[in-house]
Amino acid sequence: MAATPGFETRAVHAGASPDPTTGARQTPIFQTTSYVFDDVDHAASLFNLQTFGYIYSRLTNPTVAVLEERVAALEGGRGGTATASGHAAQILALFPLMEPGADFVAATKLYGGSITQFGRTFKKFDWRCTFADFDDPEAVRKAIGPKTKAVFCESLANPGGVVHDLQRIAEIAHGAGIPLIVDNTMATPYLMQPIAHGADLVVHSTTKFLSGHGHAVGGMVVDSGKFDWTKSGKFPTLSEPEPAYHGLKFAETFGDLAFTVHGHAVGLRDLGACQSPMNAFLTLAGIETLALRMDRHCANALAVAQFLEKHPAVSWVSYAGLPSSKYAALAKRYLPKGAGAVFTFGVKGGYEAGVRLVESVQLLSHLANIGDTRSLVIHPASTTHRQLTPEQLKAAGAGPDVVRISVGIETVADIIADLDQALAKSVKKAA
Amino acid sequence: MLGAARRIQGAWRSESEHASPRGARFPTRAGRDATGAGTPMDHASYSDEYLRAILQRVKCFAMVGASTDWNKPSYFAMKYLQKKGYRVIPVNPKAAEAGEEILGERAYPDLKSVPGRFDMVDVFRNSAAAGPITDEAIALAPEKGIGVVWMQLGVSNPEAAARAEAAGLQVVMNRCPKIEYGRLFGELSWGGFNSGIISSKRRPVRRPVAGGNDA
Repeated sequence: MAATPGFETRAVHAGASPDPTTGARQTPIFQTTSYVFDDVDHAASLFNLQTFGYIYSRLTNPTVAVLEERVAALEGGRGGTATASGHAAQILALFPLMEPGADFVAATKLYGGSITQFGRTFKKFDWRCTFADFDDPEAVRKAIGPKTKAVFCESLANPGGVVHDLQRIAEIAHGAGIPLIVDNTMATPYLMQPIAHGADLVVHSTTKFLSGHGHAVGGMVVDSGKFDWTKSGKFPTLSEPEPAYHGLKFAETFGDLAFTVHGHAVGLRDLGACQSPMNAFLTLAGIETLALRMDRHCANALAVAQFLEKHPAVSWVSYAGLPSSKYAALAKRYLPKGAGAVFTFGVKGGYEAGVRLVESVQLLSHLANIGDTRSLVIHPASTTHRQLTPEQLKAAGAGPDVVRISVGIETVADIIADLDQALAKSVKKAA
Repeated sequence: MLGAARRIQGAWRSESEHASPRGARFPTRAGRDATGAGTPMDHASYSDEYLRAILQRVKCFAMVGASTDWNKPSYFAMKYLQKKGYRVIPVNPKAAEAGEEILGERAYPDLKSVPGRFDMVDVFRNSAAAGPITDEAIALAPEKGIGVVWMQLGVSNPEAAARAEAAGLQVVMNRCPKIEYGRLFGELSWGGFNSGIISSKRRPVRRPVAGGNDA
């Protein structure tokens, strides 16, 4: 076997060797809250982070640990922290970096739920978010101030087939002494590995393509292990003594493991947003077929996008895999295996036509998720992005005529036929 | 946790018990078993086989810079490795002067004061200090049976490494033996880390008591 096994091999095997006790080949679901200590000294060593082992499933769990290693291996990271959801992953990723009064710079083109979490809910922690147009890397540079702790964007932005120049943005972040955090949910590590392009932390909603079957909510934070948390003095949580661990300094003690150790020992311990072993098991099973599914997702998405682009009831299609996309060149560079399976298009007839389309589909499911084996469709302005102001809707690529589709792995002709009949209905009633 | 097995090990054993016979199990040229004879060692990227072979052959080593402070990395690296069955002899001049023990082992002021033979020197000091420590290890290698100089995570001294390799010693730089042991034998994965290990083989069940090599 090669020194670094291939992606598909890692997707099936990483983190999961046969169970030592039983020989079970599939990863067991360790449905337990806690783990016995050998004796008091063993317990003390575990609580002091001085040895490897399990204490309590809010911090670590053997099934969840397999998922963490699996996703870290696929992303080319040093380690990972699994969380209850993608939103929890975003909090866990920022928690060691932020402090009251600090800010981070995020892209305007993000999943609507992230815009709300960053722009509104984080204000309760006095974490401030500055939104910038990441299509213009200079705008990112200008948005970084003295209290900025991180730069955040999506590798393939939800909802609209947007690809940023990650390498330039990583250079800008590193020039300011701060890490780049990339949400890789929509691309998955099969299509793109942000760490290879300079990202320091990668976050996921594993709910989407990783679990892949619409059956398990979860999230992940992956640390590259490459960022030096001690250099700038901006990250005292990791570089300075931690009173709750007898003055231990995470960066000094754990080196490139520090971020992930902190993610469990402090992040999950105190924020509590751990992933359940059952969800980790389902997500692991999903990841085993990630490469196969993503190839079909992308092929179907391209065919659907080409169909929509020619359809008279469709005014525009924003899919980075189409030559007409303004992101086509970036997609070719960053996503050579495919531009993902989630994109947006505009219906003639605006808000009303969009609503009628999503209510007319018969095979596609009208729901608020992406990355399922099933094809899914939603009208963001009336659902996922409805918390946003009209200006934010426009900036996020979720205007009134926008429909978002997550193309599944059904027979592509059936997906196209269903869209065709639903588009016919949207036009008729609009007229 | 330092139970009966550890206390027995705490007493001095005969030379042949706590060190590998010199020359018998260590290759005579650095990295031969992993990279082939005559190939220079790539210190940026050690193969799993190279590190695993060292960790499996070494039975007893001196830890230069072992701390008496229970919350310092050197202390708990020593504690962890003792529990995996290694004999670890602390080298710490201050502790030696005060006649102190660390984790049941008497501390010595320098490598030459350590009685008997030992397989490896683990350098828990800075990169500059690693130079003279390596030279001392090279000088003592024939007498003490030292086959490996291991510099801790963050510690790197390529010139010293070249001298050690020219003298027939194996060298590891910028790695922690605790982390590498955990990575190669399954435990690092428990914390969600990417071990880089893919295997369809069933691992032995961990033995719950101290003193055993539970890899």
